[in-house]
Amino acid sequence: MATKKLSLKQKYSHLTRGLDWEPSYQKADDIFPYAKYEGIKIHDWDAWEDPFKLTMDSYWKFQAEKERKLYAVIESMAQNNGQLGITDARYLNAVKLFIQGITPLEYQAHRHFAHLARHLPGAGLRVAAQMQSIDELRHCQTQIHTISHYNKFFDGMHDFSHMHDRLWYLSVPKSFFDDATSAGPFEFLTSISFAFEYVLTNLVFVPFMSGAAYNGDMATVTFGFSAQSDESRHMTLGLEAVRFLLEQDESNVPIVQHWIDKWFWRGYRLLSLVSMMMDYMLPKKVMSWSEAWEIYYEEAGGALFADLARYGIREPKYSDVAKAEKDHISHQVWSIFYNYSHAAAVHTWDIDDEHMAWMREKYPASFEAIYQPRYLEWREQAKNGQRFYNNGLPQLCQVCQIPMAFTEPDDPSKICFRVSEYEGDKYHTCSDGCKDIFDYEPVKYVQAWLPVHQIFQGNCGGATMPEVLDWCHIKQGADNLDYAGSPEEEMWNRWMEGRRSPPPAFAVAAE
Amino acid sequence: MALASLNPGYSGPTRDKVENFNGAQLVYVHWEGHLNFCAGITLPLPPETPFGALASEILPSLYSADPKWRSDELETARWSLDGEDWAPDAGKTLGEQGVGHKSLIRFWTGAAA
Repeated sequence: MATKKLSLKQKYSHLTRGLDWEPSYQKADDIFPYAKYEGIKIHDWDAWEDPFKLTMDSYWKFQAEKERKLYAVIESMAQNNGQLGITDARYLNAVKLFIQGITPLEYQAHRHFAHLARHLPGAGLRVAAQMQSIDELRHCQTQIHTISHYNKFFDGMHDFSHMHDRLWYLSVPKSFFDDATSAGPFEFLTSISFAFEYVLTNLVFVPFMSGAAYNGDMATVTFGFSAQSDESRHMTLGLEAVRFLLEQDESNVPIVQHWIDKWFWRGYRLLSLVSMMMDYMLPKKVMSWSEAWEIYYEEAGGALFADLARYGIREPKYSDVAKAEKDHISHQVWSIFYNYSHAAAVHTWDIDDEHMAWMREKYPASFEAIYQPRYLEWREQAKNGQRFYNNGLPQLCQVCQIPMAFTEPDDPSKICFRVSEYEGDKYHTCSDGCKDIFDYEPVKYVQAWLPVHQIFQGNCGGATMPEVLDWCHIKQGADNLDYAGSPEEEMWNRWMEGRRSPPPAFAVAAE
Repeated sequence: MALASLNPGYSGPTRDKVENFNGAQLVYVHWEGHLNFCAGITLPLPPETPFGALASEILPSLYSADPKWRSDELETARWSLDGEDWAPDAGKTLGEQGVGHKSLIRFWTGAAA
């Protein structure tokens, strides 16, 4: 007799309701110790509705299919010298930033979603967290596999996870995620799933994936497609989780609003690295940071927060500052990297005339007046054999850990200095947004591992720059410094030259 | 507000206490109006450092990487310490003139002074 098969809906219901039980030998509070301390009140876990209702068997089947496609492309890329198809070797700096800065975060996300899959009291949310945990591990692995092809030829990617833990600009994404994973489960969901993966995700995804497509990097594009369906599930989890918190108890609203304010600002500051990548590192441009911000935050985010208004949620605090800064942050972050290229595992370079013309068109309010003169001075210095490097170590923001290069929202000629006092010490921040975050939880941020301060405490391999760079595993003269004169530039030019010259077949045969 | 934590009263190490800097304290300097230097600069300086050494040796060694730098302009520079106007005395040490751990020194040169 044939056994009756369960429908997908029935399977999902068993997985998220039927298999769960009320504990009787142990107290629920002991089993789920993280569930209450943040002050969030949940009355009915069964009210959690997962719009995807994915079951384990369909999950595996679906992922295996995507994996097969991705690895076929990676294989063909390796066999057909895909590295020759990119627009220019400078494009690879976007990929370097990705593997150094973002891939390790995928792994951290995998770990923390596994933690949530154990520690959230509701079985429906636990199952969603478990699947996301597996997704994140898969993303980490597939990114490494995809990018490993470039690592055979190009610099700066060889020790990405070691660098992630030590290099000054990578402490920005690292500390961002550490902040989230050291928070409670509901703040984590609001920070990563909602603020980052829902509100700001297009500002990461579009620049990197469209950037890859525009610049001939088919491997990264394929990875992007392979991750896209997972990302839409993650986005939905973020939005549904926040709605669920807001619907469960009115007293959750101010707590969630505070987290939205905080994580909007944290995410936005982190994205300033992406803004620089987008405006400066893509030889063929997708759109400007300013345009992306308008489309993906001001328009889409505006609609989202209008929708959440019925719960009493308003737009994140300092959205107006982010708007005021959109003509500046990519240029200011590029200036940081240009200042400190000797201490970074990405290259920077002279902005050529064509690139400047694009910038003038995209940033009529700021580029020609403020940033172009700076770049022309640097060009002049480089021409005289005095390529500008900053010999001091920068002052870092205590919260976002970015060098304090951002200017006052209403005056791009003045650095925005903010300072707080806590237990007799001063703490400097780059903005009102970061200062608010520090002032709310100073106990957390006084523990920040600021790379510059650690160097001066003697914890980073030595007192000289070469010693510190060795400690970070930077191959000096290859990973760092200007693109002009780098081994990478030399190799790329040789490849391109090889393509232009006629094959020497007859001459060789005649000998 | 106190940190929401699993263990009430939680606190962690303050990572940048002055005693962690082997006799030095951190001082931040910034040359206003010259953003070719992208941000303020962090210096580990003992409080016994004379202001004269900062002005005549340390600052020129950092900022002369920019052709617009003129060391002699420091003689007429305008200074601020932690947000207040400041008239430093070259003969006195930083510590004697109120420069503490993680103090911020800003200065304006040329027409901006």
